[in-house]
Amino acid sequence: MKKTLRILAYPYVVWMVIFIVVPLFLILFYSFTKGDIHDIGSLEFSVESYKKVAEPLYLKVIGDSFLLAFISTAICLVLGYPVALIIANTDQKYRSLLMMLFLVPIWMNFLLRTYAWMSLLSPNGLINRFLTAIGLPRLEIMPGNAAVLLGMVYNFLPFMVLPIYTVLSKIDKQVLEASSDLGGNKVVTFTRVILPLSIPGVVSGITMVFLPAVSTFVISGLLGGGKTPLIGDMIEQQFLFARNWHFGSSLSIILMVMILISMAVMSRIDKNNQEEGGKAR
Amino acid sequence: MKKAVKRIYMGIIFLFLYAPIIVLIVFSFNKSKSRGQWGGFTLDWYVDLFKDRQIREALYFTLLVAVLSTLISTIVGTIAALGINNMGKFSRSVILNINNLPVLNPDIVTGVALMTLFISVKIELGFVTMLIAHIVFSIPYVILAVLPKLRQMNKHIAEAAMDLGATPSYALRKVIIPEIAPGIISGALMAFTLSIDDFVISFFTAGTSATNLSILIYSMAKRGVKPTINALSTLMFTVVLILMLIINKKSEKGEEILL
Repeated sequence: MKKTLRILAYPYVVWMVIFIVVPLFLILFYSFTKGDIHDIGSLEFSVESYKKVAEPLYLKVIGDSFLLAFISTAICLVLGYPVALIIANTDQKYRSLLMMLFLVPIWMNFLLRTYAWMSLLSPNGLINRFLTAIGLPRLEIMPGNAAVLLGMVYNFLPFMVLPIYTVLSKIDKQVLEASSDLGGNKVVTFTRVILPLSIPGVVSGITMVFLPAVSTFVISGLLGGGKTPLIGDMIEQQFLFARNWHFGSSLSIILMVMILISMAVMSRIDKNNQEEGGKAR
Repeated sequence: MKKAVKRIYMGIIFLFLYAPIIVLIVFSFNKSKSRGQWGGFTLDWYVDLFKDRQIREALYFTLLVAVLSTLISTIVGTIAALGINNMGKFSRSVILNINNLPVLNPDIVTGVALMTLFISVKIELGFVTMLIAHIVFSIPYVILAVLPKLRQMNKHIAEAAMDLGATPSYALRKVIIPEIAPGIISGALMAFTLSIDDFVISFFTAGTSATNLSILIYSMAKRGVKPTINALSTLMFTVVLILMLIINKKSEKGEEILL
């Protein structure tokens, strides 16, 4: 029985090899070659495109992407943790309704929501009309990095709140009672009990925000106006307009490797925390 | 006092979340075509919606790809999960690691990698390649949803069914599938949502012949979105909101809601 059932996975294994493994190897292959992409015979080994990545211009692009993603992840954490905490402490009756209201915006196409921010933030947009009407100085952040950050935080905040909320709502209330019975005030209970127990949620929240933020090209393209090109913008350009697959591929490989490293670091933090704090679920 | 601070904080966060959505909804009723000016109330854009060929086509592609990719990836993913569940530890972990790649990889890398594959083997980008791409990124989520249910399942119930005379396929249909149904359903929901919402991977794999809503909106966003799109998204948003409220109402006393 076991053996016959095993066969069921084979078609998918073939599918995986064709559509997951081979494409990634192709990217790796193009990143280490140069020549005409339409004539595979003419391609030869080269690290030229990696050398290009190391040029100051492109290093800055990579640095900017990581910096913006890092800042937006930090903002999401600072804004999102209290939200998760407040929702998790709400009456059972309203909790799921609150959480639902929080997640409903995700269901509207994210390009449209980003576009709506364009009409809110643009120099003649609604926010500026409002500010001028009440006599306040205008808000000139679009196009620019501040607008990109706002777009990232806006789009990815739910991904931070959801995992933290899930972990927080599973904390046994008796643990909190025990802490206060043992003389811990609210601050101590938070820093010594709630916070350590919520680290797994925080870790997955950080990953879920950082990942899309570092590789975005839509948000930077729409709200940043191309002022600060990010690594995602570069990859898009190389594949669709410049047609330099070699350079685009090496940028993709670098992006992948850096993300894998950051994820390994995050899972290490998560693991250490679990070992130190006993079995924190 | 503390309660008031919490309320105000949540109020600001919700305002932040809903501000752009409210803007879209308000402007879907705006007579003036410009997005900064209020020119009076109108339902014209909703009427136009049904006449606009470009939008109708994009909606058609979006829904068709979503339905087909959900169906195919749910079936293939469930079958694959059954097989993977019965594999040895080593091959299972190898397969699951590869399976996780599209989940962990940035969408843009998955997108350009698939595009590179299609172009390298000279398959013209279009509807079929977009559909394949959606299936590629959906199956992993189905497997990740179904596999835990399979592992929770009592191994002996399928054997018991067969001892009692059920054929393997009968046992599969009547015993195993009902047991893992919650996993299959949440995998399918996930696949559908991801497909409807996807832009990046479609953008790289659809070419110019198949434009879905996301691609259409992206190309419009740089020039200016037609108010008809606002009308369409208002309609879609309302449908989702109503569905969610119904689900929430029904599950109030029951299990946690599926989100």
